[in-house]
Amino acid sequence: MAQPNDRLYTKTHEWVLLAGGEATAGITQYAQEQLGDVVFVELPAPGKKVEKGAALGNIESVKAVSEVFAPVAGDVSATNGELESHPELVNQDPYGKGWLVRLKVAPGVADGLMDAAAYEKFLAEEGAH
Amino acid sequence: MVDTRLKRTPLYECHLEAKARIVPFAGYEMPVQYAGVIEEHRAVRTAVGLFDVSHMGEIEVTGRRALDFVQYVTCNDAAKLTVGRAHYSGLMTPRGTFVDDLLVHKMADDRYFLVVNAANKDKDYAYLCAQCVGFDGVDVTDRSDEYAQIAVQGPKALPTLQKLTPVRLDEIKYYRFVEGPVDGVAAIIARTGYTGEDGFEVYVAAGEAARLWRALLVAGGEFGVVPAGLGARDTLRFEASMPLYGNDIDDTTTPFEAGLGWIVKLDKGVFLGRDALLRQQADGVRRALVGFEMTGRGIARHGYPIWAGGSEVGAVTSGTHAPTLGKPLGMGYVPVERSAVGSVFEVEIREQKVAARVVGMPFYRRAR
Repeated sequence: MAQPNDRLYTKTHEWVLLAGGEATAGITQYAQEQLGDVVFVELPAPGKKVEKGAALGNIESVKAVSEVFAPVAGDVSATNGELESHPELVNQDPYGKGWLVRLKVAPGVADGLMDAAAYEKFLAEEGAH
Repeated sequence: MVDTRLKRTPLYECHLEAKARIVPFAGYEMPVQYAGVIEEHRAVRTAVGLFDVSHMGEIEVTGRRALDFVQYVTCNDAAKLTVGRAHYSGLMTPRGTFVDDLLVHKMADDRYFLVVNAANKDKDYAYLCAQCVGFDGVDVTDRSDEYAQIAVQGPKALPTLQKLTPVRLDEIKYYRFVEGPVDGVAAIIARTGYTGEDGFEVYVAAGEAARLWRALLVAGGEFGVVPAGLGARDTLRFEASMPLYGNDIDDTTTPFEAGLGWIVKLDKGVFLGRDALLRQQADGVRRALVGFEMTGRGIARHGYPIWAGGSEVGAVTSGTHAPTLGKPLGMGYVPVERSAVGSVFEVEIREQKVAARVVGMPFYRRAR
C-alpha cells in the first residue's frame, strides 16, 4: 500500500510529520501489520528529551512487546492519550488517530530519513509487501 | 548432520491460501494468525474456529502390558479409563516433575494413544522407549507423521462437525471419543480441546487432512467459522488457565506446584516420580502457580520477575491482555504463603515494578 507523501520514514518503521517546530510521530502501516492486535501502548512523559533512534516507548500486541524508536531528536510535548483506552487505533489508523507522540524539534532534525518513495523501495528490498 | 529444516503440516498449503502469517514453532512452519488474533479468539468464543494442530505428537503404546506401562510413566490413573475415554495426565520424571503433559486415550485394552506437545515429541518418544525396557511385549510407536489433527472449537463446533459425520456428536461426552467417519474418512473424534470452549479434536490420516479442512470451512460457513492460528490458541488456553508446557510447567515443576494435583493419583501403585510427589504432599509445596491481574498499568510476560517485600520471589510464566476479559492477566510461580487470592505483589516490567493481585483461576469459564 502507498505511504502518505507528507511525512518521512525510518528503517525501523516509524513515521514523522514535521510542521514548523513540531514533529508528530507514529508507526507505519507495515509495522502495525507485523505487530498484530495492539493492546497496550507505553509512551514517555511530556517534557522528556529523546535522541534520534533512542527508545521512545513500547507497543504491546497480544503476542509480544515491541520497542518504538524516536525517528528524530526532540522534547516530548504531547502523547496520544486516546491510546490509553483505545490502543487499537494504532492498527486502525496508524497514520492518523493512531499517532504516538508530538515532539518539539530543532530545524534539520529529519535529515537522512526516507521519503515515501524511498521507504516503499526499502520495504520492497526487505521483502515486505 | 542434524536436519534443521522446518517441517510443514499437511495443511500448509491451506494456510497459505488463507493468507496466514507463518512462523517457526516447535520445528514446524505454523500459522500464528490469519485475520488477527483477537478476531480469531472472539470467533472461537462466540462461534467456531478451526486449528491445525497437526504438529502435535501422537504416540501409540501397544501390548498386553500397555496399561502397566502407561501407569508407570504417567501420574493419572489410566486404569480408570475404559475404551473410548481419555484423560489429561503428566509424563513424569523420577523427581515428580513434567517431562510433558499429555492426553491419554484408551483405544483398546492393549492400545493407548498418547497426544503430546509438538516441541516435546522426540524427547517424549525417546523417554518412553528408554522406560519401556522391562515391560515385556510393550511397543512404543511414534505415529506423529501419519496423523493430522484438526481442532474444531467453539459453541458452533458441534453443528459444524455434525454436518460431516453420521456419528451422533451430542452423545460423545466431554473427554470421550469415538472412531468413525468424518467426510467419509476414518477419524478419531474426541470431545477435547485447549480453548475453554466446547469442541472436538479430530485425528485423520495426514493425506486426508487438507480435504477435511476445506470441508469444515464450508460446513461451518453458516456459523461464521474461521481458521484460527497459534496466537489465538495461546490466548484462548490462557484465559481458560490451561497450562502451556515450556511456559507454565516444565521439568522443574511438579503437578502439585502447578495446581494440577487432581491429575496425581498417589494410591494407584508405583509410578515414576511417586516417591518425590508423596514427599512433596507430606511436606507441602513451597511455591504455587497463581493467576493474577495487573492492578497497575502494564502487561506481564513470560520470564518477568515477581517482587514482594523487597525481594524477587518468583517469575511470570504466561501473560497477555486477555481478549475476552479485556484486561491484562498473568500466571506465575510465587511462594505458597503469597499465593492466596487477594495477595498482592509486583511484576517487574522493563525495570519498573507494577502492582498485581492474585485472582482465582480459571480466568474464563464458559457458560454451560
